Amino acid sequence: MKKVLFNHAIKSIFFLNILLVILIVGFIFIKGYKIISLKFLFTMPYNSMTEGGIFPALVGTFLLTSLSIIFALPPGVITAIYLNEYVKNKHLINIIKISINTLAGVPSVVFGLFGFSVFVKFFGFGVSLLSGAFTLSIVILPIFISATIEALSAVPYSLREASMALGATKLYTIRHTVLPAAFSSIMTAIILSTGRAAGETAPILFTAAVFFQKNLPDSLFSPVMALPYHIYALMTEGTHPEKQVAIAYGSALVLIITVLFLISLAVFLREKRRRYVNFKH
Amino acid sequence: MLTLNIKEELNKTEEKTKIKVKDLNFYYGPKQTLKNISMDIYEKKVTAIIGPSGCGKSTFIRLFNRMDEFVLESKSEGEIIIDGKNILEKDTDLIDLRRRVGMVFQKPNPFPKTIMENIAYGLKVNGWKDNFQIETRVIDSLKKSALWEEVKYRLKENAYGLSGGQQQRLCIARCIAVRPEIILFDEPCASLDPISTAKIEELIMDLKKDYTIVIVTHNMQQAARISDYTAFFLMGEMIEYGLTKNIFENPKDKRTEDYITGRFG
Ligand SMILES: Nc1ncnc2c1ncn2[C@@H]1O[C@H](COP(=O)(O)OP(=O)(O)OP(=O)(O)O)[C@@H](O)[C@H]1O
Ligand SMILES: [Mg+2]
Repeated sequence: MKKVLFNHAIKSIFFLNILLVILIVGFIFIKGYKIISLKFLFTMPYNSMTEGGIFPALVGTFLLTSLSIIFALPPGVITAIYLNEYVKNKHLINIIKISINTLAGVPSVVFGLFGFSVFVKFFGFGVSLLSGAFTLSIVILPIFISATIEALSAVPYSLREASMALGATKLYTIRHTVLPAAFSSIMTAIILSTGRAAGETAPILFTAAVFFQKNLPDSLFSPVMALPYHIYALMTEGTHPEKQVAIAYGSALVLIITVLFLISLAVFLREKRRRYVNFKH
Repeated sequence: MLTLNIKEELNKTEEKTKIKVKDLNFYYGPKQTLKNISMDIYEKKVTAIIGPSGCGKSTFIRLFNRMDEFVLESKSEGEIIIDGKNILEKDTDLIDLRRRVGMVFQKPNPFPKTIMENIAYGLKVNGWKDNFQIETRVIDSLKKSALWEEVKYRLKENAYGLSGGQQQRLCIARCIAVRPEIILFDEPCASLDPISTAKIEELIMDLKKDYTIVIVTHNMQQAARISDYTAFFLMGEMIEYGLTKNIFENPKDKRTEDYITGRFG
């Protein structure tokens, strides 16, 4: 009896959650879809952002996200490999894993401040694409490392054994057996991190994003516009709220669709891998 | 005294020793798993290792290609001499050793790669570059492991599409592709159906022409069918070792007899 009740409770909460997500997306869709057009996506804003499109914000988000992934990828993969394949002291691994998870839970505005004092001020990159991408890469690094460790540890020991019994060194085994076997899971981790990086506002607030820019960024050291910050700016500043709010909803819809698309891609890849590489015979 | 008798009996057969085990002890941490084992394993013969679960059979044969290297806090004493060299010594070239001593595991463990890539793996580890040479050797290995007819049109397909028995023969093909001298089998049929098992047994008998084979098995009939020599292990000790025929028909030790007749605790 109690168990049935519990099951019902879990189910209701689950459906409530789904409903909430649908409500939010639906709300933004209704408010935002009218304004979306190719023109909206590919023109510059004008008339103090009360008209025109979101092109520079889209470009800015694209650049920030891709750069942050490029910066996070090598140290992330190397750290995960080191922790999963080389460190033998179990206590040390646990301590490091806990630290990584803690880092993943730190509010992103803290990373924003860190990025500001380190990249903007200390290294003197200024408020720029570069500072923002570095800051974002630090934000996604912990999740990316944990997901990659998980991907690596899902590769069965028997495969490593097979490789080493054929005379392969550890490094060769990692390069030719472990990494290829974990590849699609690592891809999933990358895509999920991309989604996270694209949606973050706080880390770029003081490090990269500007309210308005006449031209597209022309170097790593120029500041950029970015979708999340653009929404924030449209809603809080400016002279014609009634016009700006519509644009903000349009931008929010574009951002949501982008992130949902990335997450679906990740899920799709994961399912595909399940079908082809089922490690449990 | 017993060991003396065995030695006498074995000397009469005039086999060529391929692996000489001398006073071998092995420890996982403080726990001694192998106790004072001495035996000769003969060239181009099939030697079966039998014994109850946990008696150290896997531990024993894994020393022959030094897979113990990956176990933390383990220690070995004594000698395992292969072609005149004690491979337990620190300066052993493990890469070269593992090329000479191949291993087939209990569960088929092909790589999640194509059939071709699976068999080419060991060759590439050994620095082979020429695609034609690699392909020739792959095909040759598939033929020798009785898999060629079943896979000749699907070399570029993922090995995970094969059945369990085919996967195990693929693992054997992968192992013989690098032309080892010794092949270790650790319960190779444990996860297979009777027909696949029969195929593997046939294959092992055939491989005996070219390779020295050591096989761990829980299946008494299998040991009796395919091996020339049998060693019976119990709690880390080698109780009895001799011609398979003698061990099965005329065991000298009561414990061996109990085990092979299934009267064991
Ligand atoms: N990596 C390890 N660390 C510590 N102890 C181990 C390790 N591997 C095996 N052992 C122990 O060593 C003993 C012998 O194990 P081993 O796997 O060699 O037995 P086995 O004869 O192959 O058994 P089975 O027939 O079940 O495969 C067992 O008691 C086992 O628990
Ligand atoms: Mg075993």
